[in-house]
Amino acid sequence: MIPVAFDYERADSVDHALTLLAEHGDEAKLLAGGHSLLPLMKYRLAAPSMVIDIGRVSDLSYVRQDGDHIAIGALTRHRDVEVSDLVIAEAGLLAAATAKVGDPQVRHRGTLGGSLAHGDPASDLPATVIALRGSLVISGPGGSREVQADDFFTGFLETDLADDEMLTEVRIPRRPDATWSFQKFNRRAQDWAIVGAAVVVDGGTCGVGLVNMDARPVRAAAVEAAVASGASAEDAAALAADGLEPTADLNASVDYRCHLARVLTRRGLEESGR
Amino acid sequence: MQVTVNINGESVSHDVEPRTLLVHYIRDHAGMTGTNIGCDSSSCGACTVHLDGEAVKSCTILAVQVDGQDVTTIEGLADGETLHPMQQAFHENHALQCGYCTPGMVMAAVSLLDECPDPTEEQVREGLEGNLCRCTGYHNIVQAVLEASGSTT
Ligand SMILES: Cc1cc2nc3c(=O)[nH]c(=O)nc-3n(C[C@H](O)[C@H](O)[C@H](O)COP(=O)(O)OP(=O)(O)OC[C@H]3O[C@@H](n4cnc5c(N)ncnc54)[C@H](O)[C@@H]3O)c2cc1C
Ligand code: FES
Ligand code: FES
Repeated sequence: MIPVAFDYERADSVDHALTLLAEHGDEAKLLAGGHSLLPLMKYRLAAPSMVIDIGRVSDLSYVRQDGDHIAIGALTRHRDVEVSDLVIAEAGLLAAATAKVGDPQVRHRGTLGGSLAHGDPASDLPATVIALRGSLVISGPGGSREVQADDFFTGFLETDLADDEMLTEVRIPRRPDATWSFQKFNRRAQDWAIVGAAVVVDGGTCGVGLVNMDARPVRAAAVEAAVASGASAEDAAALAADGLEPTADLNASVDYRCHLARVLTRRGLEESGR
Repeated sequence: MQVTVNINGESVSHDVEPRTLLVHYIRDHAGMTGTNIGCDSSSCGACTVHLDGEAVKSCTILAVQVDGQDVTTIEGLADGETLHPMQQAFHENHALQCGYCTPGMVMAAVSLLDECPDPTEEQVREGLEGNLCRCTGYHNIVQAVLEASGSTT
């Protein structure tokens, strides 16, 4: 399978990438690790006429402590997030979820920024960043802005990013004392989740993000509210699918997905010591 | 576009379209056919090579993306007539039948031991989850990797 022909430019900095985006408008696509975009182009579900390769903008590949949060460059590869001591110690849920993405070869190429910018409800990382109450830093012609993860995912494969903007950093609140659990339900080792639950518990509050339970990556707000008001894991998890609209496919019906969301959320809360 | 890649220690340069996949660059332009194409859709791992020392699926990378970088293929592992210890372990443990998955499996296994030199059986199985084998049932492959790591059970 070969993509439709396109022009290719390699950006060597964020400014260079933004200039190229401004020149080429919605005909252009940024290419980070390419592990979501290239399969789509090979299947000819995407056919950008210009590909702007940001994969070598190396100053966007970092994990560092920045005040009360961990700052992760958008081009940090999954593998580097998975083994980062800082992420493991203070955002363990993100390290665990990242270790579940695809297989080692995929994790050597795919980036955190690419995973979030793609906005796929079936991805493990958007739901995880939602659970952790992370935020995203976006750069555009007018400078940069910060958006909460909840406001970033707007629809199926749709995000708050404009055509002339790019994601530069992901910020995760530091929570060394939190307990967490990443529940991914699939049928074969390297598969995507049929449903997944990213759960983090910190004192009396919790964060729950769900994979593949709606058109976009979502927060299980009813579960979080129930936990905050003292409900048991079982009672809170019973609300996991409330108000959500998952789709049916070969792997699961809507009812089955809702059932999985409740079970996985309960397991996640219990494993987090709730 | 002119794309120069250091393949197995030798600099190779070809004028290719931006849409040329790395696996096609390696097989059709550089003429090294040890790397196989199985699924062509990033699932089977047959096309696994090392990019700057790490296992990647060359059917899901553009040749232009790796311009100036180092690629190692299965042809680059042996030292003359002497097999790489991983190849030797596959040979001794009968870790292949048809052999189609083997180049990718061996490259993934070498990368796995680079990152995790003393793996448990479970870590070997998880570390090879991106590589499918339709023949062996994996048992002997896992044995071979454990033997190559020196931690045979
Ligand atoms: C075989 C296989 C299995 C996989 N399994 C899983 C899995 O189990 N769970 C999971 O979560 N994911 C999985 N993935 C997806 C993987 O995690 C991808 O790496 C990730 O979704 C996209 O990251 P990327 O860097 O490759 O992005 P790319 O493919 O390069 O880009 C994806 C999209 O984001 C845009 N983009 C990229 N970077 C930026 C940026 N900085 N700013 C603005 N826009 C940007 C691109 O224009 C494109 O539209 C799998 C992929 C493969 C091939
Ligand atoms: S041919 Fe590349 S993963 Fe199957
Ligand atoms: S030996 Fe035949 S596919 Fe693995």
